[in-house]
Amino acid sequence: MSTTTEALPGGATEQAVRGHKRQLSEGARAERRLGWMLCAPAVIVMLAVTAYPVGYAVYLSLERYNLELPQAIKFVGLSNYGAVLSSSYWWEALWVTVLITVISVAFTLVLGMLLALLMHRTLFGRGTVRTSALIPYGIVTVAAAYGWQYAWTPGQGYLSAAFNNSAPLTAQFQAIGVIILAEIWKTTPFMGLLLLAGLSLVPEDLQKAAMVDGATGWQRFTRITLPLMKPAILVALLFRTLDSFRIFDNIYILTGGNNGTGSVSILGYDNLFNALNLGIGSAISILIFICVAIIAVVFIRGFGTAAPGTDIGKR
Amino acid sequence: MAAVSTTSRQKFGWWTANLVVIALALIPVLWLASLSFKTPTAVLNPSFIPAQWTWGNYTQILSTTQFIRPLINSIGIGLIATFIAVVLASMAAYAVARLRFPGKSVLIGMALLIAMFPAISLVTPMFSIERALGLFNTWPGLIIPYVAFGLPLGIYTLSAFFREIPWELEKAAKVDGATPFQAFVRVIAPLAAPGMVTTAILVFLFCWNEFLFAISFTSTLTSRTAPASLAYFSGSSQFTVPTGPIAAAAVVITIPIIIFVVFFQRRIVAGLTSGAVKG
Repeated sequence: MSTTTEALPGGATEQAVRGHKRQLSEGARAERRLGWMLCAPAVIVMLAVTAYPVGYAVYLSLERYNLELPQAIKFVGLSNYGAVLSSSYWWEALWVTVLITVISVAFTLVLGMLLALLMHRTLFGRGTVRTSALIPYGIVTVAAAYGWQYAWTPGQGYLSAAFNNSAPLTAQFQAIGVIILAEIWKTTPFMGLLLLAGLSLVPEDLQKAAMVDGATGWQRFTRITLPLMKPAILVALLFRTLDSFRIFDNIYILTGGNNGTGSVSILGYDNLFNALNLGIGSAISILIFICVAIIAVVFIRGFGTAAPGTDIGKR
Repeated sequence: MAAVSTTSRQKFGWWTANLVVIALALIPVLWLASLSFKTPTAVLNPSFIPAQWTWGNYTQILSTTQFIRPLINSIGIGLIATFIAVVLASMAAYAVARLRFPGKSVLIGMALLIAMFPAISLVTPMFSIERALGLFNTWPGLIIPYVAFGLPLGIYTLSAFFREIPWELEKAAKVDGATPFQAFVRVIAPLAAPGMVTTAILVFLFCWNEFLFAISFTSTLTSRTAPASLAYFSGSSQFTVPTGPIAAAAVVITIPIIIFVVFFQRRIVAGLTSGAVKG
């Protein structure tokens, strides 16, 4: 029996409905029960750690709740959201986050594509290239971030020395540049691997046919490879964009969010642990969640990104 | 394609490109290694190769609980969370890949949502919940969120692997009178082992790397993990920045990753690509 027909979600329900009419056989019912039983623990853990806290955050965000003033807890409606949305800190953090996300994802896409083409087509040292590329992917972000921080410290770092003893981490735009650089270094291999998988789905025959027809390498890339890879590229972009929007580790180590380099995640963290304000912190959490939801909807509805997994059953 | 015609000039081009990639990937890591071997005075010299070499930074960090304890926490929390996540994800992935039951697409959608979830949105409410439940600054306080975030990764990767398994064997086992559960445990699980190892590596790397929860839900050495501990290192005096020891600690937590990557490169590549794109 092929998995293709059997795992179709639509088909499965149809079959289930038909089965109902004919009365579910004992085996089908046992299969259902087993399916639910096997999924239940995973579902419970995932809900307990995400859905419940998010619901709780919605509730907290409607309260005035400062850990230093536990007596003063009071329902305040939407005023926390008003406070966040009218604060220049929120808008600056959002702007910094969007800037880092857009630039780093754009660079990562181009460099990741080059890396994927190299990994796909190189005949020499393929294993070595892949192994080396996996190191930035696997390395602890915090460890790498310290490396970048020291490299850009005047008097200590080789990169700072190479650029006239500059101290980029002390100025807003230069620091954001260093943060973006650290992000690109860390995430390009992942992008490259996702695109490599898409690349391997492009039929070799098409390429050869186009070559026979006299298409140049660039034409083959833009007319054949890219269109066929579009779904893979969109999925990779969606993942990278959402991941980049959550940026925290690199900024925390590199600048601590000083000099106007804090992302929305840094802002949320500072609000909880420095201002000890659960109400405002929760409002920020919910606003970030809404931003992420908007990005996902734009990708899936706007660009027609096939959400990975929605077709998992269709194969 | 490159096989069509490889002139020596093309060969040279590929080699150069490969070398550039390898250099770009490794130089930042080598820089950390170099810093970790520098003496406190050599740290103040920006040369890439240490002027004076020392093991001092390593002996310093490995002789105090400041780093050893977080290292033990990281290993313990990572292994336990990975084990639980892989077991739960295998069960769910088997159901997704093999069984017919209503609600399958809900499960997949939920896993996808969680994979995209902004972790910071959970930090404030989880901090409050963990304090109320007494989970704050304990191992389970980190293990539970790590399992939850490891699950989507595990379910995707494993259901991709499970689809490749020769299921006729399972049917054969059922013909021989095995229940679906027995068929799962006795026949399929051993065949699924390679996929499970890959998934375990990916989930462990995630736990090993995680920083935001680690600094938010811990406050002392009892549960602080290694990445979080780096931010709390102190120099020998108030005015010395502990560059050398931090670099040494960063190298120590990078070593397991290099070992994984060198020995399991194929598996990691297969795991990342199968789950993410084909899924």
